[in-house]
Amino acid sequence: MKPYVSVEGIARRYGAMTIFEDVWFGIARGEFACLVGHSGCGKTTILNILAGLESPDEGAVIVDGTEISGPSLDRAVIFQGHALMPWMTAAGNVAFALSCRHRSWSRAQCDAAAREALKRVGLSHAADRKPAELSGGMKQRVGIARALALNPKMLLMDEPFSALDALTRGSLQDEVARLVAETQQTAFMITHDVDEAILLADRILLMSNGPGARIAEVVVNTLPKPRTRANLHHMPGYHALRDHVLDFLITRSKDFDAKAPPAGWSARAVPETRPALPLAAD
Amino acid sequence: MSQKVPFWRAATVSLLLLTVLLMAWEYAVLPVSGGGAEIDPEYAALLGQAAAQGGTTPMPGPSAIWKRLVELMADPFYVRGTNDQGIGVQIAYSLLRVGAGFGLAAIVAIPLGFLIGMSPLLNAALNPFIQVLRPVSPLAWMPLALYSIKDSAISAVFVIFICSIWPMLLNTAFGVASVRKEWLNVARTLEAGTWKTATRVILPAAAPTIVTGMRISIGIAWLVIVAAEMLVGGTGIGYWVWNQWNNLSIADIVIAILMIGLVGLALDRLLGLAANAVAWRE
Repeated sequence: MKPYVSVEGIARRYGAMTIFEDVWFGIARGEFACLVGHSGCGKTTILNILAGLESPDEGAVIVDGTEISGPSLDRAVIFQGHALMPWMTAAGNVAFALSCRHRSWSRAQCDAAAREALKRVGLSHAADRKPAELSGGMKQRVGIARALALNPKMLLMDEPFSALDALTRGSLQDEVARLVAETQQTAFMITHDVDEAILLADRILLMSNGPGARIAEVVVNTLPKPRTRANLHHMPGYHALRDHVLDFLITRSKDFDAKAPPAGWSARAVPETRPALPLAAD
Repeated sequence: MSQKVPFWRAATVSLLLLTVLLMAWEYAVLPVSGGGAEIDPEYAALLGQAAAQGGTTPMPGPSAIWKRLVELMADPFYVRGTNDQGIGVQIAYSLLRVGAGFGLAAIVAIPLGFLIGMSPLLNAALNPFIQVLRPVSPLAWMPLALYSIKDSAISAVFVIFICSIWPMLLNTAFGVASVRKEWLNVARTLEAGTWKTATRVILPAAAPTIVTGMRISIGIAWLVIVAAEMLVGGTGIGYWVWNQWNNLSIADIVIAILMIGLVGLALDRLLGLAANAVAWRE
């Protein structure tokens, strides 16, 4: 059976320069996948291709059996810089998205639903404020509320917390973990924060360094759910998992060579590893 | 420079400057007492007393101008035939022409600027025309307008139209072209459609720049109307100034200068209010 999202051999080239190529992976319905890699390997481009904002130079992305040809309300994006419209209030921003989703809804319906969505991210009190009057964390919460209010089939996140301070980032990560689990949301997220990936992702896709980047490894996160930042680092296997990903980022990401790949590696079927499991069960 | 000066302090200095200026002016134009050679009364009867004494029309002092101002303001809207109308009526004619020319220019410039801003091709194609026509003094169009329109009143409106179109056109195009990419991406992922993107995202994003263009335009239009009316004659504050020059009513000219300044200030403030209404900050 095909996964919900199937990325099939996409590539991005600028003239003779290949940023990434031969990238294949799938995301199952209800799965949370994280793409981790260094800057310059084309992570954001891959997310934009999934969003339909850019098209690949080669290959295709199949979602739910259909090749994507452009942006869709079914794939909501949480942008890196919150991307709120500064002339609309928090509720106005969410209501604008809702008015696009539900063309027949009245203004009052959109507004009520927007306030409901803001309530879910704990921002009822700030619904009538403009983005300029909100803190960075609150703005990103509005961005999350805007995406979730659309009730999308899939959530795409481009380093959504990278611009926030550590404390805010932590509480928002927990919140996204909760919201995504509540709604059984299929999600794809880009990050270079290893702990963020381990906290949120069911599967972590590790990308080698660009140019000519590939998906080098796929790490299955076997740590039990629900995971929170408070209990994550006490879980058995957490350190093995973290070390594995960190080792990749520090050394294996630059040593990976698609022309002389490690044994068992092929672009279409990248081997999965489960570093959090004790060796005996592997 | 950026230090805030208390209002009363600035006001005191302004008042002081004004008083000194007015007193110096009053003193400078005091008639020279005594002197005055004996004049043959017959010669004086022929030429008029002043001319016979070899004198010229005296520059009125502030007190004389004030007296004349009170006189004019007592009934600013009288109409006693085509060549004798109150200063209020003349200003109203000028405002009407500026309003018509500026309004027409806005109707043309803002939609066209929108198209130019959205289409790099149109921008490149129209740019040479705009660059050549923009620096042309609007009065240079006057003969052509008179020749083709054959109506002096409409020609004046046309001159206002042509001078106010450029700042609005260029500012609208610039504002539309520099709308943040991430907002456009939000609109695309929301499948907002062209019309909704234009009215709900691009227009409010570019509105401050557009209004700045309108503010520059109305300033230029108010500058140009005086010169245009001096040329076409008939009605308007520009014509009135020229008429008073022909009458050698220097006090009236000074009053007209003051009025033109005050009306220009009011127009600018009006657009300033509009700018505040559409302003947003991040």
